[in-house]
Amino acid sequence: MIRFEGVTKKYDDSIAVDHLDLEFPDGAITCLVGPSGCGKTTSLRMINRMIELTSGRVTIDGRDIRDQPAAKLRRGIGYVIQHAGLFPHRTVVDNVATVPLLNGWDKRKARARAHEVLELVGLPGNFASRYPAQLSGGQQQRVGVARALAADPPIMLMDEPFSAVDPVVREQLQDEFLKLQGELGKTIVFVTHDIDEAIKLGDQVAVMRVGGRLAQVAQPAALLADPADDFVADFVGRDRGYRALSFADTPSLPLASEPTIELGASVDQARAATSDRWLLVVQDGRPQGWVEPARLTGPIEADSLHRGGTVARVDGPLRASLDAALSSPARRGVLVDHEGRLVGTVRAHEVLTAIEQTDRPRSDDEASGGIRLGKERG
Amino acid sequence: MNYALNHFPEILQRAGQHAWLAGVPLVLGLLIAVPVGWLARRFPKASPWLVGGSGLLYTIPSLALFILMPLILGTRILDPLNVIVAMTIYTLALLVRTVVDGLSAVPRDTVAAATAMGYSPVRRFLAVDLPLAVPVIAAGLRVAAVSNVAIVSVASLLGIPNLGFFLTDGYQNYDNGEIWTGIVSCLILALVFDLLIQLAERLLTPWQRVVHG
Repeated sequence: MIRFEGVTKKYDDSIAVDHLDLEFPDGAITCLVGPSGCGKTTSLRMINRMIELTSGRVTIDGRDIRDQPAAKLRRGIGYVIQHAGLFPHRTVVDNVATVPLLNGWDKRKARARAHEVLELVGLPGNFASRYPAQLSGGQQQRVGVARALAADPPIMLMDEPFSAVDPVVREQLQDEFLKLQGELGKTIVFVTHDIDEAIKLGDQVAVMRVGGRLAQVAQPAALLADPADDFVADFVGRDRGYRALSFADTPSLPLASEPTIELGASVDQARAATSDRWLLVVQDGRPQGWVEPARLTGPIEADSLHRGGTVARVDGPLRASLDAALSSPARRGVLVDHEGRLVGTVRAHEVLTAIEQTDRPRSDDEASGGIRLGKERG
Repeated sequence: MNYALNHFPEILQRAGQHAWLAGVPLVLGLLIAVPVGWLARRFPKASPWLVGGSGLLYTIPSLALFILMPLILGTRILDPLNVIVAMTIYTLALLVRTVVDGLSAVPRDTVAAATAMGYSPVRRFLAVDLPLAVPVIAAGLRVAAVSNVAIVSVASLLGIPNLGFFLTDGYQNYDNGEIWTGIVSCLILALVFDLLIQLAERLLTPWQRVVHG
């Protein structure tokens, strides 16, 4: 556990972090989030003494971080930054082997470990001998994560690690990161300016305000349900009622069975299958999209499908079920099982009824209940 | 051409002397410029003094410096050491700024990451900063090498043997062939230095020539 006790960082005439008291629980992701100038990166960097605090105390498992030399402390703490900060003059494998080598491992053992970690972050062996300049931004960021993990540190500090890559890659990296964390269970401090990222990744979210003060620390669902003040409410942003549904598991919805047609079927078969305007097309039981039988001119082909509707897992969060209903051209949301096979459809008002019957997370319970580890990611 | 063919062994011998007088200071200057450059980076307030001060050294006329050296070092006027020390000063004058520029060009993210990985300052300098500064330092070294080869010829005015001898001697004997021999030999020597530095740079920076992805 990392603990901040009255931590303050002053520069000549400004205060970057002001009497911060905060705990980062073991095995959990704590997101530090806030507008620029709120001291979130300064707070992160005080943990591995890249920035020395002015007053107060930071302890790791009860031990003051100033009790050991900075370089030694840092080798026990993984560090990932925005542009990865890879060493351009070293190959991928040697980048990853850096900390094991600093710890005195011999080269062969360090490289073997590096290959292991590269596999873990999804970079196959032929990447190992490349130089960073030969990788895409997303691949570089993966190497950055691998490098931080190589010496298997219990703590990882991550400073906006995914904000310099495009949105599609970012989402992919976030998902992989959560999966990896599910296996590794590191104590992670994650700095971001993006509240959606904080809510998606954090087991605990600490919102900071300009002047380096803590505005609120809570689990994501509680943050959305009950912002502590106007600043947090503003920062958390619009649609928070809708976004909070990401954390509400779908209760058993009244599923309707949906007439379907196989991909490749003829016009006559399609028109015979339903009397409704829209017909769901499946292949091996998996929904592919919608067609309007009346408008068909030939057999149902993949590129004649209307693909606007999203598909939700029947055991996923309510937000996805509602979105499936809202986005479906037939107004019937498609629900599937864990293998992607059609289970049934649900209408928006049915999802809303289910929402009405769900309890909102109560902030007082959450605040005293501590951190729920290994939260389900949907 | 005839002069050069008839005096080939002498040209080789003087070229060797010339290369020694120009090359040794190049190495010494680099060895001194690197820690001075590190100091300038480490103490930003001292940086203008270190960089500006060392750059000023280049404005001392070479002939004056060659003549002053025996007074400062207590050496004899014909001691090649005078030339070595003087040329080291010129090399230093050109290289300190280059080293500082090279170290400044190392990406900040890379430096921050290296520090956060747990490199001690000295180890980080040798393992990360310096290797990444090689392309810029090599460019400065090539300028210094050519400059050294040119300035060393002046030392022949004092009777210190090198390729400059063909220029002074040729001038006295009105021998155009001999003067051209001196000029062309200097050019070739400068070119050889240049190629050697480029070769060393290529060997030290394989990462510079990868195809970007």
